[in-house]
Amino acid sequence: MAEYTLSINGQSHTVEASPDMPLLWVLRDRLKLTGTKFGCGQGLCGACTVHLGGEPVRSCVTPVSDVGAKRITTIEGLDLHGAHPLQRAWIEVDVAQCGYCQTGQIMTAAALLAKHPKPTDRDIDQAMGENVCRCGTYLRIREAIHRAAGQRKEVAP
Amino acid sequence: MSTTRRDFLKTTGALTLTFALPVRLKGAAAQAPEPAFQPSGMLRIDPDGAVTIWATRTEMGQGVRTSMAMAIAEELEADWSRVKILQASTAPRFGDLGVTGGSQTTLSTTLALRKVGAQAREMLLQAAADTWGVPKSECLARDGRIQHLPTKRSLPYGDLVARAGKLTPPAEPPLKAPKDFRVLGKDARRLDGPDIVAGRAQFTTDLHLPGMLVASIERCPVFGGKVKSFDASATLKVPGVKQVLEVPSGVAVFAEDTWAAFTGREALKVQWDEGPTAKLDNASIRKQYEERLKTPGKVVRQVGDAALALPKAAKRIKATYDAPFLAHATMEPMVAVADVKPGRCMIWAPTQAPGMALPAVEQITGLKADQIEIQVMLAGGGFGRRAMADFIADAVACSKAVGAPVKVQWTRPDDFQHDGYRPATLHELEAGLDAQSRPVAWRHRFVGPSIAASNHFPWPPEATELAGAADLAYDIPNLHVEWGQSDTPVPIWFWRAVPASFNPFVTECFLDELAHAAGKDPLAFRLAHLPKAPLKLGQHEFDPARYRAVLELAAAKAGWRTRKLPKGWGHGIAAHAYLDCGTYVAQVAEVEAKADGGIRVHRVVCAVDCGLVLNPGNVKAQMEGGIAFGLSAALYDEITLKDGRVTADSFSDHPILLLPSMPKVEVHIVPSELPPGGVGEPGLPPLAPAVANAVFAATGKRLRSLPLLPPKLRKA
Repeated sequence: MAEYTLSINGQSHTVEASPDMPLLWVLRDRLKLTGTKFGCGQGLCGACTVHLGGEPVRSCVTPVSDVGAKRITTIEGLDLHGAHPLQRAWIEVDVAQCGYCQTGQIMTAAALLAKHPKPTDRDIDQAMGENVCRCGTYLRIREAIHRAAGQRKEVAP
Repeated sequence: MSTTRRDFLKTTGALTLTFALPVRLKGAAAQAPEPAFQPSGMLRIDPDGAVTIWATRTEMGQGVRTSMAMAIAEELEADWSRVKILQASTAPRFGDLGVTGGSQTTLSTTLALRKVGAQAREMLLQAAADTWGVPKSECLARDGRIQHLPTKRSLPYGDLVARAGKLTPPAEPPLKAPKDFRVLGKDARRLDGPDIVAGRAQFTTDLHLPGMLVASIERCPVFGGKVKSFDASATLKVPGVKQVLEVPSGVAVFAEDTWAAFTGREALKVQWDEGPTAKLDNASIRKQYEERLKTPGKVVRQVGDAALALPKAAKRIKATYDAPFLAHATMEPMVAVADVKPGRCMIWAPTQAPGMALPAVEQITGLKADQIEIQVMLAGGGFGRRAMADFIADAVACSKAVGAPVKVQWTRPDDFQHDGYRPATLHELEAGLDAQSRPVAWRHRFVGPSIAASNHFPWPPEATELAGAADLAYDIPNLHVEWGQSDTPVPIWFWRAVPASFNPFVTECFLDELAHAAGKDPLAFRLAHLPKAPLKLGQHEFDPARYRAVLELAAAKAGWRTRKLPKGWGHGIAAHAYLDCGTYVAQVAEVEAKADGGIRVHRVVCAVDCGLVLNPGNVKAQMEGGIAFGLSAALYDEITLKDGRVTADSFSDHPILLLPSMPKVEVHIVPSELPPGGVGEPGLPPLAPAVANAVFAATGKRLRSLPLLPPKLRKA
């Protein structure tokens, strides 16, 4: 066990954890930030995606000891009011079915838009291509990203 | 799907309305501020006008929370912006929660839900009329207010709750005509959408109860294996691990948090008695099926005499088809929380069938049903998996063992390797055409395990295996369908669309083969050989006009035979009447067959007739979802077995369809005022045959084995 001071959503949190404890479980079990989901534990599905220093990472395979002073942003901190353009677009396009993967999808998409404010379909394929949605909401995810980027006027999934 | 399964769902799913006034709320449901108006266990109107509806079916992404609320709000004339939806528990006030499955919710509950709303509306109308001292007939309910039409006075529902609560609910309240609908039939966004995107939607895995332990269970990798012995010494040294105990499903590691439980489990050493199935593999199951196929099965549909007609046919074709075992792979791995105390057991679980879990809970705890409450939770995907009781039994056994609340969290490998799988099947078909290229005989014999028998349901073994085969839609004068039971040690269970996930692949592809053998266009051939009038198939009426309409609509919108496709591309068409839930779907797949055997589906055009449409946006979403789920199964998914165990343990060796491979989907809805049908499953069955038929159109190669992997196309 060791003590780690983490910067999460603009706040400083000190937690005690074993160095190999993935950031996912620090967030979920220690800090009760449960918007970040456990899907596979192997970095394969993207449900656990958070931003580390602005980059999307799979928190289920990111040991807490690797985080250091980098800023962590989770879905709870993406926007104070849950009204990030992506969150609004997700609601307008009615993307979610079961909803379990969607916070990871949104965090991955937010990192994409930060780099490519007007993403092409190919940019979306690359950035979002390894986030699993078993309900199959992919068309609406693509649509909502374009919409949040101001590339769509109408809802047309 | 079988009529028997549907009857079961209907019976257990009967919506019981309770009218205890006033209702004292118990358990997980919130206390109502007095004096709320609670005309039914699932509806409350507060003095501030807020409307709360408790969904009595499980939300797992299919949109039932929203559509159930819409049905009540429609008749209630509620202000939709003031409607909030919560999830019911097994507390008596909610009645029987039934089974959320078989795409039955809409068909089986809509009328009863409308009645709940209509009763409340009539009581509010009466309360307003009494308040004003005017006839009720002069009052109108609209947008959460009662208006007195002659004087233009109005009162919000909130002001009427005290008076309405003293009235007796009318037994047969008038229901609105569909032409007057203001909520149903219009697009409504998911009520839980804002919570989901903000990360606030609470799933079972998100629960943290005071004093709760997290458990992770090491299970025998071989089906039916048992614990011989275990060594927990290293596990108990892992910080945060509290206890290690043998439980019915394996060895449970109890810890302060999830990571400690997982880490402790990795350090565990278990000796297994792998039992008699340690040699089981795909080849041995295939051999068993092939043997079974040589002997007659049970005749499940017979028209004329196929055996007599086949030898006289001008042209005969034969084919063998197969489909694999499949995992559900919900995004939220199995999980449940239980708190077993003396005389009381509380469970939080994303279950599709709380009633089916109760016997197991009673058995483990020794408690009676009225001492047990299951709070149904938002499910991170279901697809049938969460109607199983295993993950609930785990949590209950673990909580009982340690005398504390316990969350049993499954890992992704647990989830892949200890599922109830979609049954694998093997099919042999032969058909004959007469001299005018008309189909005159069809013989279909298929074998596989029985979900009904292996799970000890009180139905005939074939009940769960026949949809899409025995209810063949086409008018063939000599028809003979046989099913042979061939059980295996692989646990099997309902999977999205159940047998309609494989039978329509077989029958709609073989029908396509027949069309090509006849030298006919596959769409024209289908349309030419539909029955002339409705007929009874099993216990359901099949309406060929609805089937024809979806085929024609999908074909027209897809540009069947008119749209020019690049070389190597093809169009394929297929349809399925999901008679159990009253929904007809046809799809045209536009497919590119690549030189390396890869299959790229570019576009799927889907026509659906689900009767009266409750929420068109959700119908479209469910068709998209069914197509994605079906495409994943068509192209990639299979569960393979080696040495008695499932080889896949995560998404790396069991790929799921991803965003770049999602085709463009166009959904066209046939307007209808027939009873509203289900949409969760019916989008799936036509997809695989439409894709395989398109591959044939593109390449002349017929694929008869799912999934449609590149080596199969290269070798075809």
